[in-house]
Amino acid sequence: MITLTELTVSRHNPLVDPTLHVWQWQIPVYLFLGGLVAGLMIIAGVRLIAIRPKQRAALVCCTIGPIIGLAFLSLGMFVLFLDLAHKLYVWRLYTTFQVTSPMSWGSWILLLVYPALLANALTHLPEAIPALAKRFPVLVTWSDFILARERLVLAIGIANVLVGIALGIYTGILLGTLGARPLWNSALLGPLFLFSGLSTAAAVLHGVLVLTTPDEERPAFADFLLSSLARLVEARPLDKKVGPVLAGADNSFLTIELGLLGLFLIGLLSSTGAQQQAAALLLTGPYAAVFWVFVIGMGIVLPLVLQTLELDNRIQHTLAPAMLVVFGGLALRFILVYAGQESHWLQALN
Amino acid sequence: MSRYVMVIDTRRCVGCHDCVVACKTENGVPEGYSRDWIVEEAHGTYPTVQLEIRSERCNHCDNPPCVSCCPTGASHVHERGGVVLVTHDKCIGCKACLAACPYDARFIHPDGYADKCTFCIHRVEAGLDPACVSVCPTHCMHFGDIEDPLSEVSRLLNSRPRHTLIPEAGTKPCIFYLT
Repeated sequence: MITLTELTVSRHNPLVDPTLHVWQWQIPVYLFLGGLVAGLMIIAGVRLIAIRPKQRAALVCCTIGPIIGLAFLSLGMFVLFLDLAHKLYVWRLYTTFQVTSPMSWGSWILLLVYPALLANALTHLPEAIPALAKRFPVLVTWSDFILARERLVLAIGIANVLVGIALGIYTGILLGTLGARPLWNSALLGPLFLFSGLSTAAAVLHGVLVLTTPDEERPAFADFLLSSLARLVEARPLDKKVGPVLAGADNSFLTIELGLLGLFLIGLLSSTGAQQQAAALLLTGPYAAVFWVFVIGMGIVLPLVLQTLELDNRIQHTLAPAMLVVFGGLALRFILVYAGQESHWLQALN
Repeated sequence: MSRYVMVIDTRRCVGCHDCVVACKTENGVPEGYSRDWIVEEAHGTYPTVQLEIRSERCNHCDNPPCVSCCPTGASHVHERGGVVLVTHDKCIGCKACLAACPYDARFIHPDGYADKCTFCIHRVEAGLDPACVSVCPTHCMHFGDIEDPLSEVSRLLNSRPRHTLIPEAGTKPCIFYLT
């Protein structure tokens, strides 16, 4: 004998019924770009702190990363703006600070990201992109000004690390505090999105390095993907140490991300019926195929294997793991945002 | 300090939708949207099944997650009676409050702002009952101050068993259903 509860609801509000779907593609794309920028900031900050003062090396992490970050951040904020239903009132975000609202925290954190990334990019810009410095000599002046002050360099590095951590964690906490959706009901979403952001950032930088290797060493399929950005740094001698370091770091981030995903799911499965049913959406429900194939398989496990083989010098460094990690990070945000909106406390009634 | 609540007698409610129509008329709710609605909940093992008919709306919670997540302060608790309201020209339409509400009581108005039941605060401040309460043909809906021990809602809550919706969400809803 099965006891059932059946609800018949006369409400048919757009975007709310039959299941909530108020957040479409814009939010997962924004969360992905936010995490990626956070990762780029942390890597840039750590690299800036780790470099000895006045050491002038080719610095993909410290210069190209922040420049890519500035572009992605602007794109992310534009996408977020597209999601707003009352666009003309967006300025209201900056007339107040709501201490209990992660979105309010995020809007102010985003304002700190720009100057931090810009300062990091400027520090070693003349060495990393000499063509640009030749055209705009003022960049050399600014770079020299920063490099002449060791404490300022240290402060820029630390600021990038701290703001990056805040940005990465905020993108997860944004969902985690919405207790009405059982799937999101976990503080682990903060560190999960942070490490996912770090892994995609390391993958993007690794990809840039692969794209900018000399012609004879570059994978053939990467030729057509060469961007103008890559051409700007084409003439630079490659830092042969950075590629393996990035691949190794990416593997560490992916392993931690996999562990956090496991803990996140264990947390849900050992919680109330609503959380268990929310976890089932990913594990065995309508999102299971996408979750296992695209997020876990192609987004984490396969790039882990490929990069391990690259580090063992069994295969050549290619764009494949970078593209897989980026795709996996995007898939993770999409699946969590869509499945999260579908999860509901009322499902536990059955 | 007053605390407005609504008490709905599920043994009297017949699901006639008068409250829904009254709300839409009083508040000019756009076509295709609802601030309140009717839920029929059948529960049990066939053939022993119970049916509860409820008029539902925003629960004007004591711990409203829609207010704490709002980045601009547009969602706020009104000084009178703890009613949860939205200031339209402060709302940016980010939809965080829609995602934060376990009752799915909010929607995005075609003009772009988040909208929901206001307990007809404009009528209450004029000394009237909310529109839905005033039109109910079976008198199953009651509105008043729970802090006043002599109020009708206090008397009803003390005399009958009742429940709230999704109490496990921790929002402390202020609409009570008499069973």
